[in-house]
Parts: sequence; structure tokens; C-alpha cells
Amino acid sequence: MTAATGAPTAPPSPARLLRGDTLGRFAYLAFCVLVFVFLVAPIVVIVPLSFNAEPYFTFTEGMLRLDAEAYSLRWYREILENEVWTRSLVNSLVIGVSATALATTLGTLAALGLASAAMPARRLVMGLLISPMITPVIISAAGMFFFYSSIGLGQTHLGLILAHTALGIPFVVITVTATLSGFDSNLTRAAASLGAPPLYAFRRVQLPLIAPGVISGALFAFATSFDEVVVVLFMAGVEQRTIPRQMWAGIREQISPAILAVATFLIVFAALLLVVVAWLRRRGRG
Amino acid sequence: MIGSGRERFRALALVLPLLLFILVTFIAPLATMLVRSVHDPVVADALPETLASLAEWDGEELPGEAAYEAVARELVQARENRTLGQVAGRVNRLESGLRSVFTRSARSLRDVTDGPWRGVLEEIDAAWADPATWHAVRAAGQRFTARHYLNAVDMQRLPGGSVARQPEERRIYLPLLWRTLVVSAVITILCLALGYPVAHLIANAPERRANLLLALVLVPFWTSLLVRTTAWIVLLQTQGVVNDLLLAIGLIGEDGRLAMIYNMTGTIIAMTHVLLPFMVLPLYSVMRAIPGQYMNAAASLGAKPAQAFFRVYWPQTLPGVGAGSLLVFILAIGYYITPALVGGSSGQLISNMVAYHMQTSLNWGLAGALGGILLAGVLALYLLYDRLVGIERLSLG
Amino acid sequence: MMTERLCRVARRPRGWIQGAGRWTALAVLAMVSPVPVHNLHAQAITAVSWGGSYGRAVNEGVNIPFTGTTGIRVNVEDYNGGLAQIRAQVSVGNIHWDVVDLEIADAVRGCDEGLLEPIDVSFLPDGADGTPAAEDFVPEGLTECGIGQLFWSTVYAYNADNIPGEKPATMADFFDLEKFPGRRGMRRVPQVNLEFALIADGVPLDQVYSAMNTREGLDRAFRKLDTIKDQVIWWEAGAQPPQMLADGEVVMSTAYNGRIFNAQVLENQPFVIVWDGQLLDVGVLGIVAGTPRLDEAMRYLAFATSAESQARIGRRISYSPARRSGAPLVTTHVAAGVEMAPHMPASPENARRALRYDWEWWVDNQDELNERFSAWLAR
Repeated sequence: MTAATGAPTAPPSPARLLRGDTLGRFAYLAFCVLVFVFLVAPIVVIVPLSFNAEPYFTFTEGMLRLDAEAYSLRWYREILENEVWTRSLVNSLVIGVSATALATTLGTLAALGLASAAMPARRLVMGLLISPMITPVIISAAGMFFFYSSIGLGQTHLGLILAHTALGIPFVVITVTATLSGFDSNLTRAAASLGAPPLYAFRRVQLPLIAPGVISGALFAFATSFDEVVVVLFMAGVEQRTIPRQMWAGIREQISPAILAVATFLIVFAALLLVVVAWLRRRGRG
Repeated sequence: MIGSGRERFRALALVLPLLLFILVTFIAPLATMLVRSVHDPVVADALPETLASLAEWDGEELPGEAAYEAVARELVQARENRTLGQVAGRVNRLESGLRSVFTRSARSLRDVTDGPWRGVLEEIDAAWADPATWHAVRAAGQRFTARHYLNAVDMQRLPGGSVARQPEERRIYLPLLWRTLVVSAVITILCLALGYPVAHLIANAPERRANLLLALVLVPFWTSLLVRTTAWIVLLQTQGVVNDLLLAIGLIGEDGRLAMIYNMTGTIIAMTHVLLPFMVLPLYSVMRAIPGQYMNAAASLGAKPAQAFFRVYWPQTLPGVGAGSLLVFILAIGYYITPALVGGSSGQLISNMVAYHMQTSLNWGLAGALGGILLAGVLALYLLYDRLVGIERLSLG
Repeated sequence: MMTERLCRVARRPRGWIQGAGRWTALAVLAMVSPVPVHNLHAQAITAVSWGGSYGRAVNEGVNIPFTGTTGIRVNVEDYNGGLAQIRAQVSVGNIHWDVVDLEIADAVRGCDEGLLEPIDVSFLPDGADGTPAAEDFVPEGLTECGIGQLFWSTVYAYNADNIPGEKPATMADFFDLEKFPGRRGMRRVPQVNLEFALIADGVPLDQVYSAMNTREGLDRAFRKLDTIKDQVIWWEAGAQPPQMLADGEVVMSTAYNGRIFNAQVLENQPFVIVWDGQLLDVGVLGIVAGTPRLDEAMRYLAFATSAESQARIGRRISYSPARRSGAPLVTTHVAAGVEMAPHMPASPENARRALRYDWEWWVDNQDELNERFSAWLAR
């Protein structure tokens, strides 16, 4: 963004001002394009490589010539037929869904309490509830390894579910709290004064209003668990292997392009999550 | 007021289940780890009589026969209890080479029934005739120790009790800590440099296009971290896409392929990619709220664009710059996965050393101490963040 | 930031409550369903091996036939050597590994520390020709807790496509960055690398370990490693070297000889093994002390170290049996049909300049050198 010489004759738009002259504007746009390429290209590149007929991570000459022979579905066949991958998908889903349900339930209740002006020690409690998000995950994983092993929950699904619940809770608390900050508590009171029992009032009045925050929090919690590898590395045995753990092994131990096929699935999954969040947002406006 | 008392009770009742849950599933594990960094009962539990007979030892000459007899008995016992490896490992950290002395002694002692034990042990290994061995046993036998924290800052306690720096070749943690801070700072600056213009572009674009561009920022954000890391391996390796591209456009020759992965370069590139959305999002939300009139006003008053930018626009974005930078920095200093996968040996950060001591050297006390130091640093930054930005506005980490 | 975005999410959604009900039901189901389905079959053990093409050979040669014969399911876990994971499991009292494929030095150290079960030779089956087990094994194949499985070797290899002109032929060439510029792959452990460094530095094969017994000898080895340190990519898993050679990430790499062989015959990779200075060792199987599945683990170990099992592995990857009676059973590679004998590390041609790995030296010095090596690496 080079500075233009001389004062502009007419007041330009603020964006224009920042950009300066045409050359500066061009440089600015080109730079932004490059940054977007930097953000997206790595993810895009993986997809064609997952159709590589050769067992390596590079574009072969055949692929560059768009030779049909150079492409194949062998890695997709491999992951679909491989019990290890299907089992880890089941593990990921079981752990992810359970952790999400727990985190969402507990987190939403707590957010309701935190939103109340009467809540004592609010800052401290908030800090504690958010701490799993702040703490470097390697430290959480190390502590959990000792603690869960000592109470007999090492190498169990339950242990991992509890651990992932803890990691997902901050997202639920934050998103629901944020939604509640715009919530008019007079509505609940109105419902109560009309004779609605508290639980009924909650379900019919409060819950629908905070639902977007709850769903977003749940999505974040699920995404956190579904992508979590460090705690799994420390705590899981063979029976609890999840998709990320299997990918980690793929990258570190037994390198195979099959993980690019899994990666492609996960990219599609991420795109779906993004679409769901966008859709929720639009629905909220309408 | 009665109502507020009830209200207070209701709020507490709602929060309490989660608070208890977090205390048990998260805070207790952290506490366990921190306790381990100062408390280690393994040797004290396995060699109680040996340590008791060392209590009155002057530390100059060799200890008396009672100590030899006790250690001979307790080593065999430890082997049967399968704690010998742990005992030997701990003593070994204080005096290198003692692990094999201990395990070999325990093996040989199985077939010995009579003393004098000092002779028997010295026969098995000359190390038993060295006071340094006994110093190591006594030091390892302390239940509570600051040793691991000293070790984590490249210090050691000498047999006399004084504290000194580690010998040159063993000073690795402070340089690593420093490296972690420098790399995190570099990544933060890179994220700011890349993220600022992009956030500005999105904030000033018409809504439809802004949403599309925002999606481009969010796709990597939602994509699995392992997928992104794999992608960088594919891109950056010697025969990878980036090198092929540079070769094709003639920037490098076949022999000049760049080594961009399994070193610090790989760590920095991949981490910048992973953390960039955490910079763009807060910048974007701040920039979107800046009314365009300010810049117009500055321009109509005759400010040059650069002047208008630095005097008017930049100061208004500072909250976003601060929030984004702190967040990226906090996340960067605790990062583990990306350096572990693409960092090679030169691109490792302090978290990787914690993992190394957790999983490979099994020096759990030291892992706890390094983790404790890292945690203290992160908490300090977090409090700063809370003061500047407010935790309610924090999201996604 | 993100929160804010998310707060913009739906303000007035409808019909969400039914959704919530369904979610809760799903969650409750997930919580109460018998999650560890696979644990329910008690008849399963976890056998830990080294992954990659060797892991596949063990799976086809041992695990599948074992399950076929006994009905005991085998969970396969990969690791990259060392005692750390076993120590950790025994320390926190949570043992989930049963049988482990170990380097012999680790088996002896593990035994001394009480991490491994002692194994009675009488439990092992006779050789293929009827020789009693006690005489069928090579001597180092019968240690207190480790039973010999295979001869394997660490060599270095290169990708012929990536080295134009003169090819490397000696250990010194591996360390010669002027003659052969480019990155090297080496295993991220002190063992083998120190020996290689000394051999490359001109120490005769029969004096390598006596040199390593002195402070000066070790310093010399580290100094030699210093000369290539900034060009080394450190690998951990045996599957990495062939991958890095194929990708051109390194021009040469130390590797387990069998991995290179399999890439040659199964994937037609233009890899060449340099046998000069190879380090020949015996791999053993051990049982983690305190495993609740001791009986099954013993049955597995006896089955896996039989001459037939060893030969089945030897016909899938170029590691030769640790039982004398197993050697004649190894004929050709099951898939490629290649005669295996010339590719074995102990074959006369390949073993001309081989060094026998002195595992006793490493039993005594491993810990000290692990420490020195990791400090050296971190600097």
C-alpha cells in the first residue's frame, strides 16, 4: 500500500483512501488474493491427490496430463474396506456425540445461571469454566493421562468422553452466554405471571430464543471432539482409536495416501458444518 | 430482598453441576500434574530403610554397612514389585549411568544370600564405592523437591545444597523457551501482516461478497487440523507442489529445491496458516464497526491517504489488533501438533518437550514443571487478555 | 469475533425443541450403549509390532494364522521401539499391551526392570526338524524374557533416480556431503547412528564398540554426526525412510533392510541398499509383566516364534528366522516370487562388511546416551 502523492481532489471512499492510487490498489488486491490462496490452496490441493493411483503424496506426470490411468479410487476403497478406519469412525462418532450432548446440557444450564445478575463470583467461575480452552492442550492431556489412569478411566470410552466434554464446554458456555446477553428476562417473567410453570416457561420462551447459541455451541463442541488428537494420543488404547488418532498414525508412522482420502471426507464434512452454520444464521434473520 | 436470595440460589444451582464437572474432569487432572512436578514418592516408598540409614550419613565418606544391607534387600524387593525400573530411572536422572547399576545389582543379588553387603555390591559394580551414588539415592528419596523446576530453567542443585547453572551442553530448556517465544512472536506478526489487509477487504466489501470471502477464511478454520497439516506436508516437501511450481516458473533449479518442511520454516508456515483465522475474525469485527465517515472527514480536511490511515483508521482498529495478536500468541506458545508433525528437530517448541518427557523419557516430574511454567505464562497472558478484551468476548481457541 | 458471528445465528427458529429431544435421546443412547464392543470378547490380545510393511508381514504370517488356529483375536498396535510405553503402562498400572516385538537390548533391560515376564523355554515348540527349542534358537535368541524372532539389519539406502552419476558405496559416502549433497534420513535414536558415524570416520569394524567405551570415542561419533546434523531429517517409524526416498525428501536414508526390499519388489522402487557397515541384530518377542491375559499371550508368543511362523514372515519381508530350522523353509517371496536368500542381511554376500550389534553394550549405556542424544538434538 504505497502512499499516493498529493491530496486527492474529491473525498474518495474510505476504502479507496486506504488503497491510495491505482497501483497501490492493485497491490492491495493482489496481496489479498495471495492471502486467500494461502488460506484455501492447501485444502484444495489435497482433494485431487487423494485420487492418485500411486502410493505417494505427489502429483505424478500422468496426473498433470489428466491421464485417466493416473487417477484411481483405490485409497477410497482401502479406507472403506479397512476395519481400522470404520472402527475409528464409530469411535469418533460415539465419543463426539456423547461429549457434545453432555457439554451442551451442562453448558447451557450453567450459561443460564451465569446470565443472572445475582450470580456470585461470576468472573472467577467464568474463568474456571473457560480454562479448558485457554490451557495448552498438551498440558491438559498430560494431566488427564495421570488422573484418569489413577481412577481407572484410562483407555476407556467413558474417560475420553469426559475429557472431550471438558474441552467442549467453554464453547457452549461462551456461545450461549453471548446469546443470553441480548435476551430480555422480562419475557420469562411475563410467562411466569401468566401462570406458566418455570420449566414450561423455559421450554416455550427461553429455549427457542437461545437455541441458535445452543446449536452453535454444540457444533463447536462436536467439532472440537471430532478433531481432537492430543488427549486421545495420551489416553486412548487401541480400542478407542478415533479418526484423528488414525490420521496421526498415518502421518507419523504408516504413511499412506489413504489419509488423503480420509482428509477429503473431512473437508466435505467441514464444508457441510460451515453451510449449516450459515443456514442457521439466515434462518434466524428470516 | 427475598427475591434476590432465591435468584442467587437459582443461579448457583444452574452453574454448580458444570462447575463440579469441570473441577473433577479438568481442574483435578491439572492439579495432579502440578503436584507431580514437586512431589515424587516412588523412591521414598521403595527404599524406606535405605533412606532411613542414610539420614545420619555425613555425605563425605561412604555410608555404613546398614545402608548397604538395606539397599540390597530393598532392590530385590523392588524388582519383585516391578518398581525397580522406576526407582532406577529416577536415580539415573541425578547421576547418569545408575539405572543399569541398579538393575544389574538387583539381578545379581537374587543369587546372594549373605553379606558383607558392601563387599557384595562393590563386587557387582564399582559405583557402589562412590559417594556420588549415595548422594543420588538420598536426593531421589526426597518426597518433595524443587529439582524439576530448577531443571526446567537449566539449573541444578549441587551435592552441597547450593544451586548452580547446568553445564553448557545440558542447557536446553531456556533456549527452547526463548525459541518458543520468538517463533510465537514471528507467527503473530505474520498473521497480523497477512490478516490486516484481508480483514479490511472483507469489512468494506458489499455484504454478499463479504460473506463469500469470510467463508474462505472459515473453511480452513473448520477443517480438521490434521488435514491442514497433511496438506502442508504435501505442498512443502522437496518434490512437493510448491517446489514443482517454483521449478516450473524457473525460480529455482532442480538442485535448488527448497527445504521448507521438517524444519522451523515448516513449523512457521503451517502454524501461520492454522492461526490466521484467529487474527482475521477479531480484526474483521472491529473494522466492520468503523464508520466510513471518519476517513472521509480526514480526507476532506486534506490528509494524505497514509496520514489518514495512520492517524485515523489504524488507532480505531487497535482493539482488534490487540485481541487478535494476543489470541494468536497465546495459542502459538502452547502449540504441539503442527511442530510435532512438520517441525523436524529444529522446529520443535516447548510443548513438544513436554510431550517428549511425558512419552519418551518418562521424566514426568520435569514434564510437569515445564508444563507448569508454560501454564503460568499462558495464564498471565490470558489475564492480560481479560483486562484488555474481556473473556466474554473471547471465543474459539 | 466468532461468538459474535454465531450470535447472529438464528434469532427465531421454530421446532427446535423436538430437535433437542431427539438429541438428548441420541446422547443417552450413546452413553448407555455397550460402547467398547470389542472388549467384550475376552479372547483377544494386543500384539505390538513395528507397523508398515513389516507389520503387514507379521499380520499375514503370524496374526491371521494364529487367530485361525486358536480363535484368539489379535489387536495390532504399532510402535517405534523403546521401553517408554511399557514403562508408562506398568507405572500407572494400566496394562493394555500383551506381546511386544522388541529390540534385544530393550528386552534385556525390560527384563532387569521387571517390565517383562520371564519365559520358560520348555514352553516353546520344537523346531521344524524336531530339534528341541533350546538348541534350535541362535544363542542370543533365548534371553530370560525375550525370545528370538528374526535377524534384521539397519542399512542405508538411496533412490537411484535421485543420485545421478557416481553412486554411494561405503558408509563414509553417507556422511560425505560434498560428494553427495542433499538431505539424509536417520532414525531418531542414538543407537546405530553412533556406530555408523564411527565406521564412516574410519574406525575398523572390530574396534567400533571398544571406541565407544571411551569418552573420546563417543565425542568422536557425535562430532562426526555434527558434520551432517543440519542436513538430517530424523525418522521414527520404519515406514518413513522408503517414503522419504520415494518422495525425494532425502537423497539417502538409514533404514531397516526389509522395508527397502519390499519397496523394491512390491512397488518397483529404484532403491539400492548399501550393505557396507550394516548393523545386524536379532529381534525378539516379550510379554509385558502383569498382563491380565498372560495365558493367551504365552500361546501367541509360542506360536509366533515357531520356525514356521518365522519362515512365513521371512517369505514376506527380508528378515531371516532366529531358529536354525526355520531358514530352509524360507524360499521365495509369496507375492513377488523372488528368491529370498540373497536379500537376507546375514547372507554371505551382504554380511561381508557387517557389524554385529553389541546389544550388551547398549543395555549398559542406552539411558545415558538417550539423554545425551536428545540434548544434542535439542541444541
